[in-house]
Amino acid sequence: MSIVAMSGKPQNVFAAGKLPNYASGLLLLVALVVSLTVFSVFRPAGEPYEVNLVLVALVAIVIFGALLSAVSLRIEGRRKAIDRVATLLVTFAFLVALTPLVSLVVIVLTNGLVRFDLDFFTLSMRNVVGFGGGAAHAVIGTLIMTLGASLVAVPVGLLTSIYIVEYGSGKRLTRYITFFVDVMTGIPSIVAGLFAYSLFELILGPGTRVGISGAAALTVLMIPIVVRSSEEMLRIVPNELREAAFALGVPKWLTILKVVLPTSIAGITTGIMLAIARVIGETAPLLIAAGFSNDFNFNIFQDRMQSLPNFVYYSYIAQGSNPEATLERAWAGALTLILIVMVLNLAARLITRIFAPKIAR
Amino acid sequence: MASKDISGSQPGPASTKSLERPGDRIFSGSARGAGVFILVILAAVSAFLLLKGIPAITADPAEIGLLDGSTFWEWVGPLVFGTLWASALALLIAFPLALGIALFISHYAPRRIAAPLGYIVDLLAAVPSVVYGLWGGAVLAPALQPGYSWLAENLSFIPFFAGPASGTGRAILTAAIVLAVMVLPIITAVSREVFIQTPVLYEEASFALGATKWEMIRDVVLPVGRGGVISAAMLGLGRALGETLAVAMVLSATGVVTLNLISSVNPSTIAANVALSFPEAYGLNVNALIASGLILFAITLVVNSLARWIIERRADFSGAN
Repeated sequence: MSIVAMSGKPQNVFAAGKLPNYASGLLLLVALVVSLTVFSVFRPAGEPYEVNLVLVALVAIVIFGALLSAVSLRIEGRRKAIDRVATLLVTFAFLVALTPLVSLVVIVLTNGLVRFDLDFFTLSMRNVVGFGGGAAHAVIGTLIMTLGASLVAVPVGLLTSIYIVEYGSGKRLTRYITFFVDVMTGIPSIVAGLFAYSLFELILGPGTRVGISGAAALTVLMIPIVVRSSEEMLRIVPNELREAAFALGVPKWLTILKVVLPTSIAGITTGIMLAIARVIGETAPLLIAAGFSNDFNFNIFQDRMQSLPNFVYYSYIAQGSNPEATLERAWAGALTLILIVMVLNLAARLITRIFAPKIAR
Repeated sequence: MASKDISGSQPGPASTKSLERPGDRIFSGSARGAGVFILVILAAVSAFLLLKGIPAITADPAEIGLLDGSTFWEWVGPLVFGTLWASALALLIAFPLALGIALFISHYAPRRIAAPLGYIVDLLAAVPSVVYGLWGGAVLAPALQPGYSWLAENLSFIPFFAGPASGTGRAILTAAIVLAVMVLPIITAVSREVFIQTPVLYEEASFALGATKWEMIRDVVLPVGRGGVISAAMLGLGRALGETLAVAMVLSATGVVTLNLISSVNPSTIAANVALSFPEAYGLNVNALIASGLILFAITLVVNSLARWIIERRADFSGAN
């Protein structure tokens, strides 16, 4: 009543000393206009000059930050001003992190679609100079080696996680396994490649590069991922389910097979698919262990085997007499690789969502 | 008689032991076997690397063409420096950004879009390293080159920007930025988990005392999550140390030791050097490369163990319980 009387118009006491909601939008607009004006007015004389939009945006954000903190400091006080700057910085960090992702997706799509055609998925690089050719041999090599790695890594990883959760709690062996699985997680991928190379050099003679060797390297990288994720999934199976099975006289191994595993199968599948997605893009170990080739090779036990990541790598490193054609193939390979990984990731998430047991009621 | 019968059928301690069925024995045996197999694999990795690596260290350096007259340690020294330097730079760039993103997702973004945002950041982790290498070499390096020229012209009195600027933009700073993008999702994911686990009561108590959002984060969220955030950074560092392709494809390396960030003369990293030299290597050169891989393994092992140790310590003394 008195406030209304004094200022002459109705005012909200709770909004006093606070910037209105539209303030930051208004200030951002001002900053953008100022930045654009500065960049279009002050330009180097003579040469044709294009306004760099990234620079404009950056300067605008700096101006906006300065304006906002100044206004807020004047009206709202120091603490509020710091709070506003912190919010701005946190949001800015997020936008900065999105930039490479967006740039990557746009570039890979625009460059990759040029050669993303039927030839690319049906032809090998045998006798190809310049344009043409494809990565079918690389796709097949990747599939064969990843399958080979999964055939070993999935059972071993799954059984190990079963041992850790169901049989070995509190045992010394379990502690060792858990510790060394952690160590294995940290093995640099190229070191796994060096290991596989050394192993198969011992078996098959010096200089051996063969598909199975690449698969062995991938296995080393894949096992710890499978163990970790399966272990977590087995742990969240409620103990009541196991106890109910035991109470009915079901043997332990049948309890695990018929009760524990079916309950956690969605999560385990997700973990395995994510592990596959992780190793299918590995380049370094295959570069060391499986070598590189221009031909189809369906035999994992003989001769070098090309893989999709290595196809991209070699196309980039050795661009040959026709760099344009080679790079087009590299980008198409990169696009294929990203698509494979994304599909695996999305499928993994879908499986979790659809088949997850409804235990949290 | 009757009492004897009872004592005869007295199950005693044996009754607590369940019946061992063949299925049980096979199943638990194979599970244990798989666990032991993992230990065997790891032992084999160490054994083979040692077996193949040690000849390069003990052999006459003159016999190893790759070393170019220097001793093994003189050769591997700059590579170790390059590995640590590039990873440290990457961490320096990625760490503040990752904290910002993690805070944005855990405390600033509206609840409904927080989960999709987290998924987008996870997608960054799913992109294969060879694609990052391609992007870094073909897109990022040319885009940064004008910036490097400007730095070399105007700020060359700072040793980091001494120049002359790389003409292609394929300097160690570019490699570090690509590495930063690659380790960002790991640091973000772990930090986000830690931040989300901040006890809500603490946060509300802080707000009730009149704290602004930033003051609440500074006084509650960051201290509670400190251990987790540090170990997240170490895990990111571990990934950056072992990363091969992105560096091999982005960096034009000459194997020198320099702090200059933007010139065309750059230190190489162990992993990238192995990837670039291995396909043509023969004889003792192979052993020298494997020995450098062994050193890389040791470095990442130390970093990762440190991270695990911090995580475990945090689990013991966490403010959350």
